[in-house]
Amino acid sequence: MRRFDYPAPPSSEITPEPVYRARRQLLGLGLASPLLALAGCAGAEDAAPAPAAAAAATDSPDGFRTREVPTRWEDVTSYNNFYEFGTGKADPARNAHTLKPSPWAVVVGGEAELTGTFGLEDFLRPHPVQDRIYRLRCVEGWSMVVPWQGVPLGEVLKRFKPTSRAKYVAFTTLADPVQMPGIRFPALDWPYREGLRMDEAMNPLTLLATGLYGKPLPNQNGAPLRLVVPWKYGFKSIKSIVRIDFTEQMPATSWNLAQPSEYGFYSNVNPDVDHPRWSQRSERRIAGEGNRVFAERIATLPFNGYGAQVAAMYSGMDLRQWF
Amino acid sequence: MDWRWVGLKALAHALALWPLAWLVRAVIDDGLGADPVAAITHFTGDWALRLLLLGLALTPLRRLLGQPWPLRFRRLVGLYAFFYACLHLATYLVLDLGGFWAQIFEDIAKRPYITVGFSAWLLLLPLALTSTRGWMRRLGRRWGQLHRAVYLAGALAVLHFLWLVKSDLREPAVYAAILVVLLGLRLWWRLRRPLPQGA
Repeated sequence: MRRFDYPAPPSSEITPEPVYRARRQLLGLGLASPLLALAGCAGAEDAAPAPAAAAAATDSPDGFRTREVPTRWEDVTSYNNFYEFGTGKADPARNAHTLKPSPWAVVVGGEAELTGTFGLEDFLRPHPVQDRIYRLRCVEGWSMVVPWQGVPLGEVLKRFKPTSRAKYVAFTTLADPVQMPGIRFPALDWPYREGLRMDEAMNPLTLLATGLYGKPLPNQNGAPLRLVVPWKYGFKSIKSIVRIDFTEQMPATSWNLAQPSEYGFYSNVNPDVDHPRWSQRSERRIAGEGNRVFAERIATLPFNGYGAQVAAMYSGMDLRQWF
Repeated sequence: MDWRWVGLKALAHALALWPLAWLVRAVIDDGLGADPVAAITHFTGDWALRLLLLGLALTPLRRLLGQPWPLRFRRLVGLYAFFYACLHLATYLVLDLGGFWAQIFEDIAKRPYITVGFSAWLLLLPLALTSTRGWMRRLGRRWGQLHRAVYLAGALAVLHFLWLVKSDLREPAVYAAILVVLLGLRLWWRLRRPLPQGA
């Protein structure tokens, strides 16, 4: 496992002023003329590669809510990659009824002052639930717009008082062959694992989701607790979390273990870094009512359109190397 | 004219067109799920591969049954395999990539699974064009040699499927196993004694 010690201050809280100002300007434009904002969106593919700090014109300035057409509930809950319930897109919706999301416990371990096993209610209780509407970009070249409910991961993590040695956060999905029929087939090295750098985990965009469309998270979407990291490819947004560890070393992650040349630790959405199997320049957007057989492809944005909120975390990094 | 054969051929056409009819209906009913373009791509690709393998099974079947009738469906099955392969390619070019044309060349050059898939279609193209009686006559012995390219097309088609899958290789592995059996039978018979003509 390659090692990368990146200084990890909560840099989400020290967004450079120019980035911040650019964000306000974009908002101003959007408010002044909604049409102009739309035009900017439609023309995005023609423009030169967008500067990393550009905010998507469709979004609230904090990135918390996009005004783009959302994906229907039926589609968000019937088209899932959750290999613990089968490797087909329709398998999780068919098979995930065997998952028991309640009662649920989360183990917190590693480099923190407060560790242990916590019932889900206690784990989440101090934090009011927030609404977020995020784009979700799958590495396979399709995307959705999803209204989540949840709590910011950073606020939850702070309660456990990570020590100065905590540079990464590692997440683990439940791997119970009784509840999860797909575990019998070694599609991946179970349990599913993911990880974030500390500043990524603390970024206000990073959400621990508990709900979808105002309802409890359906099993196939990662009940009862999943991560949502909207500027990274979907597989980073780990589902049905049972364990969170603060670590000093970059944690192993499932898809990176399976195909290191195809899936990096960071896996930020990046149209300029192709996956060997899929171009990442554009995407099929699964959203809205009606027949999508003739729906148009759309351009993929750097950081999935969240550059204004997250690009500063990667300044000075070669994103082709750290894909 | 033997009316039983006409009936059987008509039945074969109907069976080969059944998947397309199902697909058209599903498109009209919006019954293909969240990502219909991906569903159409997979559906047409699956049927191209299935019919290609069925076409490759007819010559061994003739030999195993000791009956000539399977060969009478070989051209029909092969042409329908090419037909679904064309639908598959057209879905990718028109419905999937629509508007991002520059990506086509990048995909063919840079994505190994698309390179081999496109090569398989290219190999099938001359076989479809020379499938008429006239071309059979004109090419003579070389017709048989040319049409052996279908073995390579079958192998490339299976490779196309194997390379596009992320981690669960079970489904393409089934097709690969069938292909190995069909080509292996030919090799086995060839090694034991020369094949009779027309194989």
